Amino acid sequence: MEIFQYEFMRNAVIAAVLVNVTCGIVGTYVVIKKIVFISGGISHAAFGGIGLGYFLGVNPIVTAVPFSLLSAITIGLISKRSKLSEDAAIGIIWAAGMALGIIFINLTPGYAPDLFSYLFGNILTIPVSDLYIMLVLDSIIILIIVFFFKEFYAVSFDEEFSTVIGIPNRVLYLVLLCMVALSVVILIRIVGIILVIALLTIPSSICRQFTYNMKKLITSSIITGIILTIAGLWISYLLNLASGATIIILLAIVFFFSFFAKKVITAVRRLEKKDSM
Amino acid sequence: MKNNVVVDFKNVFFYYGERPVLEDVSFSIKQNDFIAIIGPNGGGKTTLLKIMLGLLKPDKGTVKVFGKDPEEGRKLIGYLPQNIFFDLNFPINVFDTVIMGRYRGPLKKYSEKDKKSVLDALETVGMLEYKNRHISMLSAGQLQRILIARAIAREPELLLLDEPMASVDPETQKSIYELFLELNKRMAVVFVTHDIGAISIYVDRVLCLNRKLFYHGPKEGSLGKLEEAYSCPVEILAHGIPHRVLGRHKK
Repeated sequence: MEIFQYEFMRNAVIAAVLVNVTCGIVGTYVVIKKIVFISGGISHAAFGGIGLGYFLGVNPIVTAVPFSLLSAITIGLISKRSKLSEDAAIGIIWAAGMALGIIFINLTPGYAPDLFSYLFGNILTIPVSDLYIMLVLDSIIILIIVFFFKEFYAVSFDEEFSTVIGIPNRVLYLVLLCMVALSVVILIRIVGIILVIALLTIPSSICRQFTYNMKKLITSSIITGIILTIAGLWISYLLNLASGATIIILLAIVFFFSFFAKKVITAVRRLEKKDSM
Repeated sequence: MKNNVVVDFKNVFFYYGERPVLEDVSFSIKQNDFIAIIGPNGGGKTTLLKIMLGLLKPDKGTVKVFGKDPEEGRKLIGYLPQNIFFDLNFPINVFDTVIMGRYRGPLKKYSEKDKKSVLDALETVGMLEYKNRHISMLSAGQLQRILIARAIAREPELLLLDEPMASVDPETQKSIYELFLELNKRMAVVFVTHDIGAISIYVDRVLCLNRKLFYHGPKEGSLGKLEEAYSCPVEILAHGIPHRVLGRHKK
């Protein structure tokens, strides 16, 4: 295919793979543990880190890492330890992080170039250095999940019982939020802060309808994510549209399609059972 | 273990904010005890269990579980929670739910012995044939039995059950009580219940809890104290007099 002649296209495809590995893993936990909006809060708060990067004159992705880790831990601690409800904690961190980002960019002299690419993403402008950052973050997340699969599985399923059998529930919850924070940073380049939540949750939500096996759910989410990201990229190239938004729209269309497909499959199976009885 | 005491509460107080939930509660549970905890809603039954499990800390008083702090001692407890907070659509089947009871620590894979214990526990609760079924495909009573299996798969020395008969039909209830009697040969069994009828048939001791602990063992107790706890006459529980309220069916 001609589009792969370009280096930026090859980088984009590598990025699509790297990004969907984390999304498949972390996104599955986000979906089954129902922390989608906590993840939304963390991703928007990461804008503070992007602003800080502009202010200090360094790669904004690098400053976004500590910033989103910090906001993840703050949301985690506030929501579990205080009387403030979780959604209030999310709202506060969400807005405060973005506000900080705006102030940092205000304080930075001159015009902020490619600021838009952090808000809406651009998979076509990913430099090789960011691919290495993604690779490192990917490896960290994979190692954590491989070693502590049982624990994260148990805590996601039944927090109280996990505590009773000796799993440090609160620590793991914070680690999970930190993994969300790292995924957010990886995703910012691809789909941007505002759309992060889609790539994190849609592939797992699609696959979840078709399997009850956790390991199959993770692998199928990764594969679905990779295929749809690359397909979205290709469509955006053909139609000359923004890549991040095209990928998300494609994900959403496939989600709705799979939702109705699942209903049809269930209805057909019911009919078959009726016939055989 | 001295005197085979499994759980020991001494002068325990617990408050939710300003509201006292437990006041000066003292009792002990011994190995092989079969105890029912009864009392009105809000009387502190679940709180008492959660303190035993180290999920809540008492404001005053000491609690020892197997001679240790609850956080340590709870490793030997099998627990059935009252409310199910998990999502029934969670991607997990019966076998994987029960094997969580075998968890022993990080970086330890489940062994063949763990898997065998899971199958044994499922057999004990009569749910072996459902082992590959997803949890959303179970009835409430079946799910309850799966969670009992999860508690006993731990091979605990104390089984704590919070309302084990909730959402179980009367026919199954009888078999579950008999299951508890059987398990009681190997471990102490403590359960919270509203089913006063069953207590007189199966249980050794009854703890009546309404903020204070009112009643303590069939031999020393009297109906008056039970009435005090419930603040209404209680007739069905007739310790010392005939244990059955209604006669046996003739076959």
